[in-house]
Amino acid sequence: MSEPIAIQAPQPSSIGSSRIGAAGFAIGIAIVAIVLAAALVGNALVPQDPFTQDLGNRLKPPFWMEGTQPGHWLGTDQLGRDYLARLVYGARISLLIGIMTVITSGLIGITLGVLGGFFGGRVDDFVLFAITTRLSIPVVLVALAVVGLMGSGLGLVVATLGLLLWDRFAVVARATTMQVRNHDYVSAAWCAGASMPHILIKEILPNIASHLAVVATLEMALAILLEAALSFLGLGVPPPLPSWGLMIAEGKDYMFFSPWVIMIPGVALAVLVLGINLVGDGLRNLLGAERLR
Amino acid sequence: MLRLIARRLALGVLVALTVMTLAFLLTRLSGDLAVSIAGPQATQADVEIIRKAYGLDRPLYVQFFAWTGRAMVGDFGQSYFFKDSVANLIQKRLPITLTLGLVGLSLALLISLPLGILAALRENTWIDRGVTLFTMVGQAVPSFWLALILMIVLGLQLGILPISGTGTWQHFVMPGIVLAFTAIPALTRLTRSGMIEAMASDYIRTARAKGLSRARIIFKHALRNAAIPVVSIAAVQLGFMLGGSIVIETVFALHGVGYLGWESIAKNDFPVVQAVVLVLAVFYIGLTLLADILNALLDPRLRTG
Amino acid sequence: MSALLDVEELQVTFGRTAAVRGASFRVERGETHCLVGESGCGKSVTALAVMSLLARGGQRSAKRMRFAGTDLTSLSDREMARLRGNRMAMIFQEPMTSLNPAFTIGSQMAEVMTRHKGGSRAAALDRAAELMGRVGITAPGMRLGQFPHQLSGGLRQRVMIAMALMCDPELLIADEPTTALDVTVQAQILRLLANLKRELGLSILLITHDLGIVARVADHVSVMYAGEVVERAPTAELFRAPQHPYTRGLLSCVPVPGRVQRDRPLGSIPGVVPAIGPGFAGCAFRSRCAHADETCARAIPRRQAGDAHDYLCRLEPDWAELQPA
Repeated sequence: MSEPIAIQAPQPSSIGSSRIGAAGFAIGIAIVAIVLAAALVGNALVPQDPFTQDLGNRLKPPFWMEGTQPGHWLGTDQLGRDYLARLVYGARISLLIGIMTVITSGLIGITLGVLGGFFGGRVDDFVLFAITTRLSIPVVLVALAVVGLMGSGLGLVVATLGLLLWDRFAVVARATTMQVRNHDYVSAAWCAGASMPHILIKEILPNIASHLAVVATLEMALAILLEAALSFLGLGVPPPLPSWGLMIAEGKDYMFFSPWVIMIPGVALAVLVLGINLVGDGLRNLLGAERLR
Repeated sequence: MLRLIARRLALGVLVALTVMTLAFLLTRLSGDLAVSIAGPQATQADVEIIRKAYGLDRPLYVQFFAWTGRAMVGDFGQSYFFKDSVANLIQKRLPITLTLGLVGLSLALLISLPLGILAALRENTWIDRGVTLFTMVGQAVPSFWLALILMIVLGLQLGILPISGTGTWQHFVMPGIVLAFTAIPALTRLTRSGMIEAMASDYIRTARAKGLSRARIIFKHALRNAAIPVVSIAAVQLGFMLGGSIVIETVFALHGVGYLGWESIAKNDFPVVQAVVLVLAVFYIGLTLLADILNALLDPRLRTG
Repeated sequence: MSALLDVEELQVTFGRTAAVRGASFRVERGETHCLVGESGCGKSVTALAVMSLLARGGQRSAKRMRFAGTDLTSLSDREMARLRGNRMAMIFQEPMTSLNPAFTIGSQMAEVMTRHKGGSRAAALDRAAELMGRVGITAPGMRLGQFPHQLSGGLRQRVMIAMALMCDPELLIADEPTTALDVTVQAQILRLLANLKRELGLSILLITHDLGIVARVADHVSVMYAGEVVERAPTAELFRAPQHPYTRGLLSCVPVPGRVQRDRPLGSIPGVVPAIGPGFAGCAFRSRCAHADETCARAIPRRQAGDAHDYLCRLEPDWAELQPA
């Protein structure tokens, strides 16, 4: 049975020439590294506290605009909190959610995909069915409903997104396992009396890992965007935690007069996601070159 | 062909039933529904009354079969909040979401097809790289943020479009643009890679050897083949767009199904939440079925023998 | 009367790689001319260059490239397109992928006619059906409405030939037209080409690596090696008295009944075609040639060995008598 269009593994499309691709890869790694550094040590370097309110200094503009307040490089928000400190703290939340979600969804999706791809038959039918079902569930709505019903919180957001974003892992793991399954070294291991878990973990997984790494970057970017959307709608990370999505939501009421309150976290979000996607594209290009060899 | 459709249809029904079950379980996640409905100020007696009134005192499986049984015939029960039947609510809101989806998809195709073709014909030039950069940035920009930016620029600074609401056709323009943006990167990349593959193919060399004009080679011979996956995926994309419309409808206060879903989540209006999840899922399932049929119709290798 | 296609010193480069280095040959009216050589010797690129169908990045230049009196090098893309499919047509090695999978046979054939000769689609379809009958396709009416995937490889190559004939071209370029086909189908296609040449007065430029095909259908032969035409001769003469060491090597690899002794191993040419970089001079075959000496690294003269027979080598004609192959 041919797979439905919606399930067919996405074709890797490399960008431009390899030189440009390499430049993009380097830029992507640089972006992710900077955000990671900000998340790890940023709040130690920024003198202000992200949670301290100063109602006398509300909505002060960043350094390149008139009326800026010394000591607040990126200005302050509607409660007078330092925007740079909040932005840097927000990087921590975005990356944490991205990484944790990828781990959760990766475990689910890779397990399903490898089992379906390796065993075929009934098992695969079930996996295909699970993927189809998952794809037909509207992610944002269900995530909103879960958080809305169970109360917002970082852990719940991770669990919800992890349970929802495993589809691409499963699709790619399934397709690549099917290819690898028929290779000689798998048959060789089988004939040598290797156990089933041994074959799956020692022979199959390492050989599909590079494809899964590409998926991981895509899913991480998606998870970060979805968390921001949930927080923006008020059903993600609870205040006063400075998630970038929440910062945009809180700044929304002031955006017509102080547009930087939504510009700064929005640009940060876009740049981080762009960086992760560039890393993913770079990995995919490396992979393509490997396949040609 | 017919057998394929029949099989896909059966799969779709099975998927819909599963989603139904999941949607039902979803609303029971919070534990005691009656407490949530009653709200924080309610007394124990109030909760008991609500529990009886909504039939929540029955065993879970009884509730489930009662709900599915009625949902099968389009009866999703009464909304707790809106004082109307859920079916009525959805019927009123659905045209708005569908309009938004179609506007978004049309815009997305209008932009991504020419861009993808252009990038493919100018492969590895600065035009191609520019298009690629555009798709990557497009993928990275959060839709709700883009919506706010458009509000500031088009709504406030230029003052050419209404900032929010549902009244006129102008109210669909900005949400349509934002929704289109969620599909443009994928569709552009697909068009580009499809056109590159087609233009490098042997049959394009034949078409050139026949002395056909460049326009005919590109728009008839290459595009027809490159468009097969694009058209099919576009149907799937529309399904994702309808599902994703909740964010955009909420930002623009466009009163479609997505907005209804958001409102009912905020109001603990479970029958509506269940129904909206189900309706959006059924639309997605229908559209993927359509995608498979379109694919088979457009590709003669699948359509005939 | 001048030759139908006259190519003198054709050069084709892809970036820094020279694919064709000064190839010269002439296709006379009404004859079958074979370009023969190993894969990678530049024979397909030569044909594509004549048709202006080089892939992107391919640069072509020539001292002379005339088709029926028209200077092909001076034509614009648009003028060249008017010629292609009309007065000069081409068929390819890959019949399985050379037809567009999305359109019917009829529509793909008809558009050649409507493009170049105008007229109605119905008239074009009539012409297509007639030509399909001519190339030996039964039930043309039914085939016109079919898609390429519904046809076998041999049938698709016949369709390609019929399509090439839609506008009554003077020249048909056939690039390895039978390589991808079964042996029996190969023979049918070759016979068809020979018949068409005779009945329509068609000139054919046939590209092949197969000397058996050359012997069967060619009037004249140009042997290509590493982007050069190293020997040109009428077919019978080439097989009787080959001059260039490469040609002799090629011929020794092929069993010819009556000429090759039983129980003796067939010949082979050691090594592979070398990569030719910029600034290469002398004979490209010298690294594989048993008769090479230091003079082979200098400019090589083109020697006459008969009326229409010449070759590129330092050795005098009939040097072979000096040494058995």
